[in-house]
Amino acid sequence: MRSKIVLALGLVGVPLLLRNLYVILFNLPDEMEQGPVYRIFYYHLPAFFAATLCYTTAMVCSILYLVKKSARYDAIAMACTEVGLAFAAVNLITGMFWGRISWGIWWAWDPRLTWALICWLVYFGYLMLRKAIDDPTERAKNAGVLSIFAYVSVAITWKAIEWWRTQHPGPVLSIRTGEQRIDPAMEQMLYVNTLALATLAAIFVITRLRQEEVQREIDALRRYAHAL
Amino acid sequence: MDERNITFMFYGLAVAWGILAVYAVLLGLREQDLKKQLETLKKMVEEKK
Repeated sequence: MRSKIVLALGLVGVPLLLRNLYVILFNLPDEMEQGPVYRIFYYHLPAFFAATLCYTTAMVCSILYLVKKSARYDAIAMACTEVGLAFAAVNLITGMFWGRISWGIWWAWDPRLTWALICWLVYFGYLMLRKAIDDPTERAKNAGVLSIFAYVSVAITWKAIEWWRTQHPGPVLSIRTGEQRIDPAMEQMLYVNTLALATLAAIFVITRLRQEEVQREIDALRRYAHAL
Repeated sequence: MDERNITFMFYGLAVAWGILAVYAVLLGLREQDLKKQLETLKKMVEEKK
C-alpha cells in the first residue's frame, strides 16, 4: 500500500518538478531589478515551506508520542525531522547564492538568517541526540521533548522578518501580506513549486519511515538473536 | 554583471537539485544496506534455532 502511495506521489511530483523547472527557466521573465538570479527564489522559498511543514509534523507527532506512547509517532517525527533538514539546507544554501549577487556577500548575521541557521543546528542536534541514546523508550521521550522545544526556533524564524528590521526581504506573498507585492504569475509559480517540493518531501518521509521500521525490526532481531 | 547573475542563478538551482538528489541517493543506499542487514540477521536467527 505504502509503495503504491510513493509511486502515485512520484508520478505526480516528478513531472511537476520538471515542468516547473522548464517554466522557471524559459517561460517566466527576469525580475526587473534583480535579473535572472531571482529565479533561485522558486526553490529557496518552497524549500523553506517544505521544511517548515516537516518540522510542524514532527512537533505534532512528538506531542502525540508523549501523550499516547506509540512508537509510530516517534518514527514519523524522526523521518520528518531528517527530511526537513535536507529542505532547510536547500533553503539556506540557495539563499547564500542569491545573497552573493544581491547583497555582495554570502552571509549576513541578520535575525532571519541567524535564526534559520540556529533552527537547522537545533534539529541536527535532535538527530545527534537520537544516535546518542540506545534505549528506544528513553530516546523517543528525550527526542520528543527536544522536538517540541526546537519548534520555538521555527516559529521565531518564521516571524523574524516581521519582528525585526532585517536585511532579508520582508514577506511578499499575498496570502501573508494581504496585498499583491509581486507579479501574480511569479507568485503562482512559488505556490506550484511549493506543491512539487512538498510532494517530494512526502515521498522522502514515507521512504525514511519505512527504513526506520526496518531498523526497529533489525534491532528486535538482534536482541532476539543475542538471547538465543 | 549580467553574466555573473546568470552563472549564480545556475549555481543556486544546481545546489537545490544537487542536495535533494544526494539525499535521495543516500536514502537508496541506506535502503539497500538495511535489507542486507535484515536478511543476514534472519538467516542467523534461523541457524541458531
